Amino acid sequence: MNEYLLLFMGAVVVNNFVLTRFLGLCIFFGVSKNLSASGGMGMAVTAVITLSSMFAWLVYNYILVPFNVTFLTTIVFVLLIASFVQLLEMIVKKYTPNLHKMWGIYLLLIATNCVVLGVPLINVESHFSFMKSLVNAVGSGVGFAMAIVLMASCREKLRLADVPKSLDGLGIAFIVAGCLALAFFGFSGMITL
Amino acid sequence: MKGLWDIFSKGLVLENPIFVLALSLCPALAVTTSVVNALAMGLTVAFVISTNNLVVSIVRHLVNPKVRVPIYITSIATIVTLAELLLKAFAPLLYKELGIYLSLVVVFAIILARAEVFASKNPPLRSFVDGLGMGCGFTLAMLLIGAIREVLGNGTLLGYQVMWSGYQPALIMILAPGAFILIGYLVAAFKILSERIEKARAERGETI
Repeated sequence: MNEYLLLFMGAVVVNNFVLTRFLGLCIFFGVSKNLSASGGMGMAVTAVITLSSMFAWLVYNYILVPFNVTFLTTIVFVLLIASFVQLLEMIVKKYTPNLHKMWGIYLLLIATNCVVLGVPLINVESHFSFMKSLVNAVGSGVGFAMAIVLMASCREKLRLADVPKSLDGLGIAFIVAGCLALAFFGFSGMITL
Repeated sequence: MKGLWDIFSKGLVLENPIFVLALSLCPALAVTTSVVNALAMGLTVAFVISTNNLVVSIVRHLVNPKVRVPIYITSIATIVTLAELLLKAFAPLLYKELGIYLSLVVVFAIILARAEVFASKNPPLRSFVDGLGMGCGFTLAMLLIGAIREVLGNGTLLGYQVMWSGYQPALIMILAPGAFILIGYLVAAFKILSERIEKARAERGETI
């Protein structure tokens, strides 16, 4: 139990995917302009990472390894995740139209995304067990959601600030992200796995 | 010939994938801790993007528009796997350094974007040149970031000592926060640069 808790906290704060491993930056900068959108995005990413990590683990360990074709991992995972996200979008659209109205657009945005592909790849590369991959995936998702919500709050405040013209927009967003990363850096070394 | 040069050169500054389009940022921050890594990543991406543009352009009349995105993704993934296997065979150390980011080339938005925006509507040669231009712009940006981070954060360039002997390396530049802050300033610099270029062009009465 303790081990899983450490893994989870490690994935959320110590090895935060956005701020220390630079995955999922496109979404991180693209959707962090307002708070409610970024919250929705965070939840959608968490759900997709968790589910696709599960499928990816099963496919890797029960199909790719027995047939000795692990060099195809990248292709298989990309197609698996892209088609799975499409399927998820259809299911959500059919059964919960309200949820679809809120999440639909985000789901399509994350079909091919670094963080969604990165987590399953890291899981299989670290030879995690099924439970461990699951915990790591949920932790990574929560970490991503936390980072994007923090970032969106900062950017909402920034709109009122007087930023030099050339830094305005993306430039200042990067510098704010740098400060956030610096803060998260305080967590490093807290948990060693 | 001029047309081809225009296609090639727009990727360098005006539509630079990293600084202007802000696409494919993950590798720009993650593997630019040294110039060698940055160069390897840049060349890999240039190879993938131009080859993929060529492939997409050749098959553009055969592909049903409804299933075009999965087909582009399959093509990209195949080329990336090829690049991965080549690097693993001929430069195992580099392969280890780039690690997971090499596989993640598959999901770089810039590659899919060029396939969708340019290669699916243009003949093979023009598409290939467009891919090369974007790839070179990407590589240049990576080299710039890599060089600044290596010099400030380690005091070396390509492994040779370039700063004076008493220089205290600013470790933050090698770590994550430094990368973010540096890119913030570079984005601003590129904004000023491309504004100047456009202004100069407007004064000469050229339209882009």
